[in-house]
Amino acid sequence: MTKREWREFFTGLGFISPWIIGFLAFVLYPVGASIYYSFCDYDVLTRPVWIGTLNYQDMFTDEVFWKSLRNTLYFAAVSLPFGLVLALLVAILLNQKVKMRPGFRTIYFLPSLVPVVASSMIWLWILNGRFGLLNYALSFIGVEGPNWLSDENWTKPSIILMSLWGVGGSMVIYLAALQDVPRELYESAEIDGASSWTKFRHITVPMISPVLYFNLIMGIIGSLQVFAQPFIMFGGGGTNRSALFYAVYLYQNAFQYNQMGYACAMAWVLFIIILFLTWLATKGTRKHIYYAGE
Amino acid sequence: MFLIRLKQFLFKLMVYALLLAGSALFIIPLVWMMSTALKPIEQTMSMPPSWLPYQLYAQVNGERVKVTRGELVEQPSLVVFDERLGMDYIVAQSSISEGHLIQRTSEDEELRIPVIVRAEIPGSEERPWMRVIPEVKAETETMEESGGAAAGHYGATWFVVPEDEVEREVSFRWENFGKAIRAMKYFPQYLRNTLILCLLTVVGTVSSSAIAAYGFSRIPWRGRNKVFLIALATMMIPFPVVMVPIYSMFRSLGWIGTLRPLWVGSFCAGAFNVFLLRQFFMTIPKDLSDAARIDGCSEFRIFWQIMLPLCRPSLMVVGLFQFMGTWNDFLGPLIYLTNQKDFTLALGLQFFQSQHGGTEWHYLMAASTLVGIPIIILFFFTQKTFIEGISMTGIKG
Repeated sequence: MTKREWREFFTGLGFISPWIIGFLAFVLYPVGASIYYSFCDYDVLTRPVWIGTLNYQDMFTDEVFWKSLRNTLYFAAVSLPFGLVLALLVAILLNQKVKMRPGFRTIYFLPSLVPVVASSMIWLWILNGRFGLLNYALSFIGVEGPNWLSDENWTKPSIILMSLWGVGGSMVIYLAALQDVPRELYESAEIDGASSWTKFRHITVPMISPVLYFNLIMGIIGSLQVFAQPFIMFGGGGTNRSALFYAVYLYQNAFQYNQMGYACAMAWVLFIIILFLTWLATKGTRKHIYYAGE
Repeated sequence: MFLIRLKQFLFKLMVYALLLAGSALFIIPLVWMMSTALKPIEQTMSMPPSWLPYQLYAQVNGERVKVTRGELVEQPSLVVFDERLGMDYIVAQSSISEGHLIQRTSEDEELRIPVIVRAEIPGSEERPWMRVIPEVKAETETMEESGGAAAGHYGATWFVVPEDEVEREVSFRWENFGKAIRAMKYFPQYLRNTLILCLLTVVGTVSSSAIAAYGFSRIPWRGRNKVFLIALATMMIPFPVVMVPIYSMFRSLGWIGTLRPLWVGSFCAGAFNVFLLRQFFMTIPKDLSDAARIDGCSEFRIFWQIMLPLCRPSLMVVGLFQFMGTWNDFLGPLIYLTNQKDFTLALGLQFFQSQHGGTEWHYLMAASTLVGIPIIILFFFTQKTFIEGISMTGIKG
C-alpha cells in the first residue's frame, strides 16, 4: 500500500474504532464465551466446569424446554401470518384515496409506540375475566368470555391478540412501500381491463415484495424471541406453563435457576432455529421477490 | 355509467367503514386505560362498566353530598339494627316478623334474631332504592369517627335513597395520578434514572454510530467492505446468545446494580444504526468532501463541519429510536438492576404491578398512562421524522 493508502487505512480504522471496540466487547468475546459456557456447568458465581454436550442432551429430555418451544412456535405460527395480513390490509385501506389519512395512520400506529410494560398492563386489564372490557364486549353477542389469563387454552391467544394490536410498525412500512408503487403501472393495467384482484396480485404484491420479505424475516426473528409481554403478563409461565415462552424459560434458567450454561445452550439452539426458519423463508420467497434496482 | 358510479361509491363506503371500525378497535384499549385511570376504585369494578368516570350525588338530610354507590334495593325492605352485632343492615320486609329477623337455617329450623326496625324502604323493581355511602371530605374524618352506626341512627355511614334521585355527573379523578405516583414509592427516582439513561444512550448512540458510519462510507480504506459485511452479519445474532457472557462480564466489573451496563454499550456503535447512517451518508456527493480535503481540511473536520449538519434528519431518526428503545427497554433493567431505587420507569411499573396487581386497577392504569404518555407526546412532536425513519428502515433494509 502507498503512504496515502496507509493513511486512509488508519483514518478509516480510527473512525470505526467505536464499532471495533463494541464488536470485540459485545459480540466477538460474548459469542465465543457463550459457545464455551454452553458446554459447561456455569452458575456465574464459580468458574465454569466443562461437561461436554450434557446441556444439549438435557434439553432433549427437558419437558419444560419442549413445552416452551412448542408455545413459542405456536405463537409465531399464528401471530406472524395474522399480523402480516392485518398490517397489509390496513396499509391497503389507508393507501386508497381517503380523507384524513394521517389521522387514521396515527391511530393505527399509536399502539405500537406504547411501552411494552404499559401495553401489557392495559391488556391484563382488558382480558380480566370478571371486569375486563373484552368479556363485557363478548357478552353483547351472547358469548360468555373465557378466563383469558388463567385458562390454559386462552393464555396464548391473549398474547397473540395483544401482539396484533401492535402491528402499526409494519403497517407504516407497508404503506410507505405502497405509496412508492408507480401509478402508471396501475393505469396501464386498467387500460388492459385488469380487475382489482389482478392488479393487486400482479402489480402490488411484486412491487412491495422486498418489504413483505423484510417484515416476514423481522417477524420470524422477533416472534421467536418474544419476552417482555409473556414475562410481565404470566410471570413464571401461567397456568400449566401454557404461556411459558422460549425466551422466558431461557431467562429463568439464566437468572432464576442459575443455570447459565444451560441458558447459553438454549440460546444457541434458538439461534439455529431462527437461522433455519429464515433460510426456509428466504428459499421459499426468493423467486418472488422483485428488486427494482436489479 | 350509473352502475360504475354506484360501485365506486359502495367501495368508498366499505373502505371508510372498515377504517373506522378498525381505528375504534385500535384506540379503545388506550381510551380504556385513560378512563380507568380517572375512576375511583369501585367504578373500576362495576359491571356494566362506564366509559366516563362519574360522581354520584344524593340528597341527604337536605344536603347534596358526594356518595359512592352501594347495592340496589328492589323490594320492600327495612333497615334494622341488630343489637348483638351492633350494626344496621337492610333486610327484606318479608323476613321480619314481630320484631325478629327470621333466618331459615334448614328445612324445619329457623333462627330468630331480635332486631329494632329503624326505617322502611319502599323499594320495588320499578322504582329501586339505592344504598349510598357519603364520601368523607377530610381524611381525618374517617367513617368510624363521624359515623357511629353502632350507636346512633343508621344514616351516619350510609343512607338509602330512591335510585332515580341519585344524580350522576361526569367527574375525573385527576388525583389518581398523584396517588399512583405516591403508591409507586420511588417514582421520581424511576423517572430520573430513565431520563439519565435516555440522555446517555442517545448521546452515545448518535455520536458513536455517526463516527463509525463516516468511516464505513466516506473514507476509502482497504478492506472496508469486508469489515462492513462482518458488521452486517452481527445483526443476525439474537441477544440471548450474548446475554450471559455480557452479564458475567459486567458482574466481574462490579457493575451489576448500577446504571452503567445500560448505557456503556451505546457508546460502541451498534451495527444497525451504523448501517442506517451509512445509507444516508452515501447519498451525499463525494465532491463535497474532496473539495474540503484539497483545502487541507482534516478528516474529522469534514465529518464534524460538513457531514453532520447535512445529515441532521437521519441523526434525528437514530436518536429518536434510541430514546424510545431506552424508555421502553424492559429486559436490560430487569437483568442489571437490583435496587428498587435504581429502577427505570418500565421496570418500576412492572414491579408495582407485581405487588399491587389484581386490585388497584385505577392506580395501575394511571401509572401506565404516565409511562406511556411521554412517548406518545414525543411522537406527535416528531411525527414526520418518525414515520420517515420507520419507512427508511423497512425499505432500505
